[in-house]
Amino acid sequence: MASILDAGDISRALKRISHEIVERNHGLSNVTLLGIPTRGAYLADRIAANLAEIESVVPHGTLDVTLHRDDLRLRPPRPLLPTSIPPEGIEGRDVVLVDDVLFSGRTIRAALDALGEIGRPRSVQLAVLVDRGHRELPIRADFVGKNIPTSSLETIRVRLVEVDGADEVIIENQEGN
Amino acid sequence: MRHLLSINDLTVQQAHEILTTAYELDRVSDGQIKKLPTLRGRTIVNLFFEDSTRTRISFESAAKRLSADVINFSAKGSSVSKGESLKDTAQTLQAMGADGVIIRHNASGAAQRLADSGWISASVINAGDGTHEHPTQALLDSYTIARNFERENYDLSGLTIGIVGDILHSRVARSNVLLLRKLGASVILIAPPTLIPVGAESWGATISYSFDDVIENLDVVMTLRIQHERMSNFFFPSLQEYSRGYGLDDSRLSRMKASAVIMHPGPMNRGVEISSSAADSNQSLVLRQVTNGVFVRMAVLYHLLGGPQSATQSEMGI
Repeated sequence: MASILDAGDISRALKRISHEIVERNHGLSNVTLLGIPTRGAYLADRIAANLAEIESVVPHGTLDVTLHRDDLRLRPPRPLLPTSIPPEGIEGRDVVLVDDVLFSGRTIRAALDALGEIGRPRSVQLAVLVDRGHRELPIRADFVGKNIPTSSLETIRVRLVEVDGADEVIIENQEGN
Repeated sequence: MRHLLSINDLTVQQAHEILTTAYELDRVSDGQIKKLPTLRGRTIVNLFFEDSTRTRISFESAAKRLSADVINFSAKGSSVSKGESLKDTAQTLQAMGADGVIIRHNASGAAQRLADSGWISASVINAGDGTHEHPTQALLDSYTIARNFERENYDLSGLTIGIVGDILHSRVARSNVLLLRKLGASVILIAPPTLIPVGAESWGATISYSFDDVIENLDVVMTLRIQHERMSNFFFPSLQEYSRGYGLDDSRLSRMKASAVIMHPGPMNRGVEISSSAADSNQSLVLRQVTNGVFVRMAVLYHLLGGPQSATQSEMGI
């Protein structure tokens, strides 16, 4: 088990991502942040707080994608997590999805399907704290905290104060050492 | 969890999971999501040996919202003897590749028989078996109570729920007592002595023969229909006399706590167990129960059929 990002690194990465979101969208007037629970939702909260400091307050919420996953039959049913779409909705907005780790891309595919049920955003962008490679679908992130090349035997764990009591990103191999 | 036959099959944690899932589905539907792809390609059979309006429609609509294929099988009028017809029907469904079977039957234990028989590999959901159980009704009632009293964690302790009427023939009462007790509520069964089943003392509920004695203490008044179709005997002198003693009429309505609510699993016999003004009052949650029923049944279908059936079986040690 090795620590790859500590609390300072995470906070700096999120600050940079926040600035990039403002830059890419020429301001924030049309931006909506949606975090994918569990940890993506907390990251979205933090990015929203950064954006409020840098430029302005943006609508932000959460989007649970469980019911749209294509791997439901491979694993026991999981409890659903909260979805809360900001009252403005997503119609015509520039939606930035936020997740902790980008891996196969299947979660993001499910998120795009879930979004499609709610409305038609003008654009959908993706911000992730860690991109670990091994994509199984043609999906990429627009904003990346850190690219971490991994072996498929390794597991990336993002721990956040809100759920895990500390901020860090660790890498462990399959045996959990 | 593979089948849902009785509330006793559920641990408190599993009940919480189903209710939490129902809440998320409720919230998602509050936006514009009408159809979810979750059970696409699964086949669900509504196997109804007994009349039903809302339960069948509720299950059908829940299954369709999750994109499952629904087959309605109504065995009304079938003259084949019970055991045989159930077996033959089950084997037909197996041959058709049903993934889930929702069964309502007039014989207590029919759902259990179907699940244990080895006739089919589908998940079995009990939608009411005789006078035994109706677990999804209890789940939706508890969900409705928790939402109304804003119990986010589905802990119902401190609430007193009165179940009034034909307890003897009511599967709804039986399932409700089990679940409400599991979630921490106090339950009072209110009926004439002839309509209280033998052994009801052991359910964990208090028994009262007088509605008037307890009505002011109740947070929820759950009224039940008199089930004439199951009555082979005279349990009370007349409907009018029953209604005078145990009906939720206007004078009893006015004696209820201001915060108390009225529930009824339907179908209602207005003027017998519940007056029209009680059924239509703003304390009545009857229509909320119907709406919530779809979300709760979606949650049950998701928990039973959402995963790989073989894996859920091994995980639950079944």
